[in-house]
Amino acid sequence: MSKHVLSLLVEDKPGILTRVAALFARRGFNIESLAVGTTEVEGLSRITVVVGVEGAPLEQVTKQLNKLINVIKVVELEAEQAVQRDHMLIKVKTDAATRSQVLEAVTLFRARVIDVVSDAVIIEVTGDTAKCAAFIKVLEPYGIKELVQSGVLAMGRGSKSITEKILK
Amino acid sequence: MANEVLTGAQAIVRSLELLGIEDVFGLPGGAILPTYDPLMDSTKIRHILVRHEQGAGHAAEGYASASGKLGVCIATSGPGATNLVTAIADAYMDSVPLLAITGQVGSKLIGTDAFQEADIVGITMPITKHSFLVTKAEDIPETIAAAVMIATTGRPGPVLVDVTKDAQQAKAEFVWPPKVDLPGYKPVTKPHGKQIQAAASMILEAKKPVLYVGGGVVRAGAHKELLKLAELIGAPVVTTLMARGAFPDSHHQNLGMPGMHGTVPAVTALQKSDLLITLGARFDDRVTGDVKGFATGAKVIHVDIDPAEIGKIRFADVPIVGDAKEVITELNQELTAALKSAKVDIKDWWVFLDGLVERYPLGYTSAGDGKLSPQHVITRIGELSGPEAIYAAGVGQHQMWSAQFIKYERPNAWLNSGGAGTMGYSVPAAMGAKVGQPDRLVWAIDGDGCFQMTNQELATCAINNIPIKVAIINNSSLGMVRQWQTLFYNERYSNTDLNTGTDTVMIPDFVKLAEAYGCLAIRVEKEEDIDKAIKLAIETNDRPVVIDFIVSRDAMVWPMVAAGLTNDEVQYARDAAPVWDGIE
Repeated sequence: MSKHVLSLLVEDKPGILTRVAALFARRGFNIESLAVGTTEVEGLSRITVVVGVEGAPLEQVTKQLNKLINVIKVVELEAEQAVQRDHMLIKVKTDAATRSQVLEAVTLFRARVIDVVSDAVIIEVTGDTAKCAAFIKVLEPYGIKELVQSGVLAMGRGSKSITEKILK
Repeated sequence: MANEVLTGAQAIVRSLELLGIEDVFGLPGGAILPTYDPLMDSTKIRHILVRHEQGAGHAAEGYASASGKLGVCIATSGPGATNLVTAIADAYMDSVPLLAITGQVGSKLIGTDAFQEADIVGITMPITKHSFLVTKAEDIPETIAAAVMIATTGRPGPVLVDVTKDAQQAKAEFVWPPKVDLPGYKPVTKPHGKQIQAAASMILEAKKPVLYVGGGVVRAGAHKELLKLAELIGAPVVTTLMARGAFPDSHHQNLGMPGMHGTVPAVTALQKSDLLITLGARFDDRVTGDVKGFATGAKVIHVDIDPAEIGKIRFADVPIVGDAKEVITELNQELTAALKSAKVDIKDWWVFLDGLVERYPLGYTSAGDGKLSPQHVITRIGELSGPEAIYAAGVGQHQMWSAQFIKYERPNAWLNSGGAGTMGYSVPAAMGAKVGQPDRLVWAIDGDGCFQMTNQELATCAINNIPIKVAIINNSSLGMVRQWQTLFYNERYSNTDLNTGTDTVMIPDFVKLAEAYGCLAIRVEKEEDIDKAIKLAIETNDRPVVIDFIVSRDAMVWPMVAAGLTNDEVQYARDAAPVWDGIE
């Protein structure tokens, strides 16, 4: 199963997320991760979706997405031509003995501590999926109490914008 | 000049009028009541009151399929809207331009499980090209104009507009023409020049080409262009269930329908071909059989207006996105020029195919139980009514026989539920077709099972002077299911007996039922009465006609490629496989 990152430029209309998600469900495509938000253009939203496909059907996914009336553009962002980031909040058990070791890991991974109590810290980390996975592995021995993450965000490298041609 | 101020309800009616809508099918209820008030005063729109919303949906489909125009249906919220769902799904599968307008509970009540509330926009998302919820009166003209544009352009399909009751009651300035802004909707109709060249050279090289013609050619109105293309290259033509009539059956190049119940020549032509010139067809599983074994030696040119159809099932060597009419026109120009210096040499191919046509014509044997042969009844309906008539079938054996044994010479003469396979399509679709094409003779060829699903629309036909003819091919059972039980379930007939035959309790008695609906009703049990009944039906135009043809339940549809098998395993009749030789 190969993974692909798709960036969808969509009209900010009620039900658009349902339409996209339902299309994946109905056509038997697999959503690995999903991130939705507004863009620099009013009325347009962007959906970043990581889709797991076997062989040929990615083309089917993009073609079917393009058929949705509120979807304006579908772009596959390939790893070499795009930056990708996950965003994660992790609550880790700490005590006097382990806190400094946890903080050292935070520094090494260029993460940040954003809340501290006597027996736990909340750490914020961004990075690509592999880095986040590695960080979790390092923290696991101390005891991860809670973990929440955004879907992958991705953007093409260079000065071009996905919205450019649309707005002309 | 200031714009006129209208209620949302008036705006709905006015928008439909301005968009040229002349006929709508519907049934009122609470949430759509405001719209029915101004509809009563419209002199431009004829509203036909159906007896069930499903009937409104199929009538709108039949109207659209027979006339090429948009079909429109109206229902109230909740169950009214959900009753449209089957017809909407049907229109989606068969690419029928359909506008469904539904009332919705007041916008303040949405989400509260109010009386007759259903999330019809959500329910219909996977079975419409698009669905709109309108909560403000001022949004109505734009939304209806957008809906009509989406339904009728590109690959046609159903669009639903759900309007809250308060939006119908509120007042707003009526601005026309509205600005329709659909940045994500840009159907491609004009083909790419390079692809046309590639297709033309592939056609010239082919030794065993087949024009594989689908419903897209009918929807695009590309039949004349197709005829020209076919005669230009001399290739055999197969017309799918949705494309019957796109190419004249009387034409010697027409091999008939391919697929599960296709003719041996059509099935074999595809199977042995080296080039499938695919025009508005979508490699449906009922055509391909086991797709891994389908036409394994063929290259594929695939023309479709929907890019998602290309490469969905079968790899296309030359994909062409565009409107069938524009594509075929350009292809004809390209080929006409190329044929000045080249020629198509497919003589050997025709020797092989002509042999098949001669050896394996469509046929049937009478069942031997003294009852009518359904194939004979249907053949006679076609012969006595002619190619200018319209034939709307239900789903099952009678549908396949109607596709096989009626000779179609023009598009939009054959209406059926191909993709969805909706039993109950026939009577309301025929009704809609008669409204759209009042001067044509319109037959509903139905089964005894299908007929019992939607026959209440006979009331609509009788009261509104819509004199359709209904031929019930009554074998007292769910015939196609029974055929599968005969062939694949050891003749164990689980739940397929309907008891409508003359040697049963006969519930219901279709003659009595039709008479109760104000129709002329005729029962035919003897072969010598068939023609008389059909002629009387054709002559009777002051009311609908229902003929109850009592046919043998043991008649089966042949040829057949059993589900899951490849087309190599087509059976000409039970336990009789055709012999193929002379080509490799």
